[in-house]
Amino acid sequence: MKRISASLLTILLGGGAAHAAKPEPWQFTLQPAATPIMEQIIWFETYTFWFIIPIVLFVLALLLYVAFRFRESANKTPSRTSHNTVIEVIWTAAPILILLLLAIPSFNLLTAQYTPDEEPELTVKATGYQWYWGYEYQPAEGAEEGVEAVSYDSIMLKEGDRESAGKTDMNEYPRLLAVDNEMVVPVDTTVRLLVTGADVIHAFAMPAFGLKHDGVPGRINEAWFRAEKEGIYYGQCSEICGKDHAYMPIAVRVVSKDQYNTFIQSAGSDLRNAFGDLVASIEADKNKKLADATAGATTTMTE
Amino acid sequence: MSTVAAHDAHHDHKPSFFKRWFFSTNHKDIGILYLFFALISGFIAVALSIFMRMELQEPGIQIFDGLASIIYGFTGEAAIDGGKQMYNVFVTMHAVLMMFLVVIPALFGGFGNYMMPIMIGAPDMAFPRMNNISFWLLPVALILGLIGMFMPGNAGGYGPGQGWTVYPPLSTSAAPGPAMDFVILSLHLSGASSILGSINFITTIFNMRAPGMTMHKMPLFAWSLLVTAFLLLLSLPVLAGAITMLLTDRNFGTAFFAPEYGGDPILFQHLFWFFGHPEVYILILPAFGIVSHVISTFSRKPIFGYLGMAYAMVAIGAVGFIVWAHHMYTTGISLNTQRYFVFATMVIAVPTGIKIFSWIATMWGGSIRFTTPMLWSIGFVFLFTVGGVTGVQLANAGLDRAYHDTYYVVAHFHYVLSLGAVFGIFAGWYYWWPKITGTMYNEIYGKLHFWIMFIGVNVTFFPQHFLGLAGMPRRYIDYPDAYAGWNFVSSIGSYISVAAMVVFAIGAIEALMKKRPASANPWGEGATTLEWQLSSPPPFHQWEELPRVR
Repeated sequence: MKRISASLLTILLGGGAAHAAKPEPWQFTLQPAATPIMEQIIWFETYTFWFIIPIVLFVLALLLYVAFRFRESANKTPSRTSHNTVIEVIWTAAPILILLLLAIPSFNLLTAQYTPDEEPELTVKATGYQWYWGYEYQPAEGAEEGVEAVSYDSIMLKEGDRESAGKTDMNEYPRLLAVDNEMVVPVDTTVRLLVTGADVIHAFAMPAFGLKHDGVPGRINEAWFRAEKEGIYYGQCSEICGKDHAYMPIAVRVVSKDQYNTFIQSAGSDLRNAFGDLVASIEADKNKKLADATAGATTTMTE
Repeated sequence: MSTVAAHDAHHDHKPSFFKRWFFSTNHKDIGILYLFFALISGFIAVALSIFMRMELQEPGIQIFDGLASIIYGFTGEAAIDGGKQMYNVFVTMHAVLMMFLVVIPALFGGFGNYMMPIMIGAPDMAFPRMNNISFWLLPVALILGLIGMFMPGNAGGYGPGQGWTVYPPLSTSAAPGPAMDFVILSLHLSGASSILGSINFITTIFNMRAPGMTMHKMPLFAWSLLVTAFLLLLSLPVLAGAITMLLTDRNFGTAFFAPEYGGDPILFQHLFWFFGHPEVYILILPAFGIVSHVISTFSRKPIFGYLGMAYAMVAIGAVGFIVWAHHMYTTGISLNTQRYFVFATMVIAVPTGIKIFSWIATMWGGSIRFTTPMLWSIGFVFLFTVGGVTGVQLANAGLDRAYHDTYYVVAHFHYVLSLGAVFGIFAGWYYWWPKITGTMYNEIYGKLHFWIMFIGVNVTFFPQHFLGLAGMPRRYIDYPDAYAGWNFVSSIGSYISVAAMVVFAIGAIEALMKKRPASANPWGEGATTLEWQLSSPPPFHQWEELPRVR
């Protein structure tokens, strides 16, 4: 029920079709969900709005009514009432009831955020540095032999490097959000995320995944996510960490399991080529889908 | 008889200018000093925020590279880096000044010192000399903080760029320069000032009430100050301990917060927020008190549910001490800890709701005059409600995962502080202006000030909710282009607020120049507290014969 209304909402917001999530101009809602947890967050947020917006409107209406009805010219002699036990009990009890109605789904959401549906298949550690991120992949137990441990740094894409990186599309690789090497994770896979900080506190935030966890030096924060839509997702460091706090974005590429396996096998030895092949494969997929769609359309037309 | 008259005349003899304002032990003069001081640091703090809004008006770095080269002499690429650090310094100092050197001095030190003894029928504060040093620690705190802005701070830049929360290691190993030490010492002094002030307030309220002025007859403003004083007295020593540990970590090789030697940065956050959360109630509670009096006065009705109002403040103060880790949901505290803090935090909504509804009930059935202070108070009730309900959302750790450290939080706390506490200050300013200065302000300027400010702050802060939902993090000098639209609107709003401050200044100067005399009670029968029985301005020493409260 919750899931359904949350995904309905996502579709209404135009998130259903999006292959990626990043902020949009004049946006006034949360970013569309790419994980079940974010769907639940959006559902719960909408639920809270059903309480708080009416409360604000109620207070506003009362204020306006009182200001109009009891203005000096309309009510020359003020009443002397200063107590009414019944109403005082009501406005103490009613908020308690509302808070209970909020608390129950709130606790469910919180618990869900710490309860993965299954044992994570993959562990990625994100380390915050002044001012970039480092990602480290730990192969699952019983993984194929010969897979090298993969770790690399992820630094914000400089505007001058767009050409050489092949990231000229400002829509797909926005300014201050695009990075040189994204974190790569397979779709429909539960991923364990470990977050820490190397020098000062940073925070790993990925709005579309419903993730925000501080990277604290000397501590490791554990989180999990399960991305359900392929695409590229953007977040930013969310704990002040010095002068370039605004310049250490987080980018996650969610790819098919095949693409992920190909990538992770070669990333250890040749990261640059691994990313090149990955992007080529994603482009090829995209073109194939486009071609299929066009072909389908042509067939329909000739018929 | 003649001896009594001579005695009175003797006591109303004011000391010479220097003696009166620099060695003052008179609670009213010290109150005025506090208000004057809050105006000065308020001007600086507002200026800092306007520079930030100018910078954020469009994407990219436009203002701070130039500022950094003018102020610190950086050139070329270094000016950009210097500007980024300088932005963080402005973020830090805007918060530190606004909280410690504007809102507390204005509400607690200023109106509290001036009005509380009069309201409870006391001739002065219990410890007049301590009152003097409470005040004079503050200018020194301000100067230390300002000097800190020009000292080497985080590597390669100047000033404290940690945010007011001064989390280690950004405030320890990553900030080698002395800027941070200056801020720590500045916080120490302002903390000492508030602790001394609190001792004074508590002693005065408990011991110096006029005959018949029982606790349950005491005006709500005095109640709010009593609760605030306890919050300050119990929370500030914890802050002092935490920042002293920072100081020794920085300078004397201790490792309270240094993980590489077995310390823990999260320990600092617990200590800091154990102070930091009561701090936000310290800022808002006196405003609650002022708003209660203003609404009662101009509705010509007694406060509705007086006891409920008083004990709601006590409850807010008490519960305020056990909710601190709701600022730390993302730090990795355990699931059960988060559950507890969600629950405890939501409880605060209950006494807050009692206050909101009691204010409305006070107006209900009244005969309401929409004077300037009343407009500020009604504005306060509404905007505090808006900030309050977003607070209820933020209390939920599961939802806070999305909101934490975004502009949604910035919008929330500015609704309760910039639009809450500051509206409370202005309500008090206009309400007590005739009493303190003995002159009437001009209602046209006052109302113009209110309406421009009301529009300005809402245009500034409401769009920040949208930025936060879209995911824009706090404390960013530059942002992805998608956030440009609402940031532009927000900046325009801040310029409107500046226009309001100009009207505010003109209104104050006009009133002082025109000198329209104010009667002892310009507000009529609704104003029932004791200060309205004295002349405007009150005599240098009041209540030489204690009032009897029936």
